Amino acid sequence: MHPFTYTKAADMREALSAGRRGGRYIAGGTTLVDLMRETVERPGSLVDISTLPLREVTVTERGGLRIGALVSMAEAGAHPKVRALYPVICEALELSASAQLRNMATIGGNIMQRTRCTYFRDVTAACNKRDPGSGCAALQGYNRNHAILGTSDSCVATHPSDLAVALAALDSTVRLLGPDGERTLPLVDFLLKPGSTPNREQALRKGELITAVEIPALPRPLKSGYLKVRDRQSYEFALTSAAVALHVRGGVIREAKVAAGGVGTVPWKLPTVERHLIGERPSHRLWAEAAEHAADGAHPLTHNGFKAELLKRTVERRLRTVGGTA
Amino acid sequence: MVGGVVTGPPVHAAEDAVAAEVPPGSRVSLTVNGVRRTVTIDNRTSLLDLLREHFGLTGSKKGCNAGACGACTVLVDGRRVNSCLTLAVRLEGAEVTTIEGLAKGDRLHPLQQAFIDQDAFQCGFCTPGQIVSGVGCIQEGHTGSAEEIREWMSGNLCRCGCYVKIERAVEQAAGRK
Ligand SMILES: Cc1cc2nc3c(=O)[nH]c(=O)nc-3n(C[C@H](O)[C@H](O)[C@H](O)COP(=O)(O)OP(=O)(O)OC[C@H]3O[C@@H](n4cnc5c(N)ncnc54)[C@H](O)[C@@H]3O)c2cc1C
Ligand code: SF4
Ligand code: FES
Ligand code: FES
Repeated sequence: MHPFTYTKAADMREALSAGRRGGRYIAGGTTLVDLMRETVERPGSLVDISTLPLREVTVTERGGLRIGALVSMAEAGAHPKVRALYPVICEALELSASAQLRNMATIGGNIMQRTRCTYFRDVTAACNKRDPGSGCAALQGYNRNHAILGTSDSCVATHPSDLAVALAALDSTVRLLGPDGERTLPLVDFLLKPGSTPNREQALRKGELITAVEIPALPRPLKSGYLKVRDRQSYEFALTSAAVALHVRGGVIREAKVAAGGVGTVPWKLPTVERHLIGERPSHRLWAEAAEHAADGAHPLTHNGFKAELLKRTVERRLRTVGGTA
Repeated sequence: MVGGVVTGPPVHAAEDAVAAEVPPGSRVSLTVNGVRRTVTIDNRTSLLDLLREHFGLTGSKKGCNAGACGACTVLVDGRRVNSCLTLAVRLEGAEVTTIEGLAKGDRLHPLQQAFIDQDAFQCGFCTPGQIVSGVGCIQEGHTGSAEEIREWMSGNLCRCGCYVKIERAVEQAAGRK
């Protein structure tokens, strides 16, 4: 680990001014400390934001939900409002990492977490994300866990967050506070596809702080759920996952929100699947027909061709259980 | 200097060079198993290394040093965390409980006793982390069924494969057996 100076920000102003001077924010530390130890990350100064007042879960005026950036994954997953309004978020959280890590890790840090690509974590390997222009060892290497959607010639790494998949499905936004004031971005615009600059992962300006994520109000009743498929039953990242939310009234699907994880360089929304569902009546056949489009546009690599089929089945199964025709 | 002929650059120059590069450190006061401690440490020191290398509390184990095994689990302010991913400098004023702090004198913690009763370990390397994690699991109330215990204890790997008995030990201490 490279040496660094350490300060604890007493308030937002102190944090922002330290951030503007190049200080690196640390929340739960479960991504950052891990990568610093591998010398993948080498910040010269850490700004501890853990005592900032960003720990609230509130219902917004419009009936959506705002979760403060420093709410821990454990707190958010157990929060009565989150549980009542968006089960898909609780399920995504509780299927993430471990109880210990969820006690430490925060909502803001979770969407900021970096890829688990093993070449990214190995400083001796070529990796455009870690070392722009050095190449991508995963393209010709072992790429079973890598992405099939949103990839480029420069990088094929997945965004590993489960929470971000649930948030993307629900059209959530990210609230940011920086030296130039406040702004709000849709999560799907906040997280960037690799393109030719895989080292740029978020639309975050220097010194900007995530203050909260916001989930918009959706028509009720809303049924939702998250399914995660992985190599072992728990404490493992997704091979594929599906976040699903459905609003059914009068026997007809009026609103459908679907996104996939484990397959994309960013949380992957599935608008084609959603379009197939809206206006239809729930049935086994409908789920299968809609899910058939889950991997549209996929570019499998040498070792991850199985993900396209697995994704379709993952989406179908979650539609079936959430849609109540199980 | 004790004996020997010094060749190369003078010792003092070397020492100055090292001094100039002293990595940034901080003073931190925290309570470990009820004992207040104040130390000055290199900012890079993990809580796990602070416990093991500075305080001689070697019960918490270093398995992966990356959050992936749970052998280093301790309680910070009552919550179970991975001490290998916790920077000690962040813990000003914190209360840390390690495996060494669970027993009351000669009386084992009920979960320690349960691990013996259920024969829940072989080599014992993962055991301190399992027990501290189990204490957290019971406090959180995630012991409603064997399945729930398995899921909420999944942050602790056991290379000897004692999972079935670990689950029973947690069950016993939670008062379900
Ligand atoms: C063994 C292991 C297994 C895991 N399994 C899963 C899993 O199955 N699913 C899953 O989703 N995740 C998993 N994770 C990842 C874990 O969820 C993330 O590490 C965690 O959510 C990151 O949050 P943090 O608060 O610890 O972030 P930190 O490590 O503190 O920060 C991460 C990054 O975000 C920045 N940052 C943090 N907060 C803010 C903010 N408010 N504003 C701006 N920047 C900020 C930091 O500067 C840093 O760059 C796993 C991690 C480990 C170690
Ligand atoms: S897939 Fe991306 S993160 Fe992995 S080696 Fe290639 S460039 Fe690096
Ligand atoms: S040593 Fe901390 S989790 Fe493995
Ligand atoms: S008892 Fe040996 S690793 Fe668990």
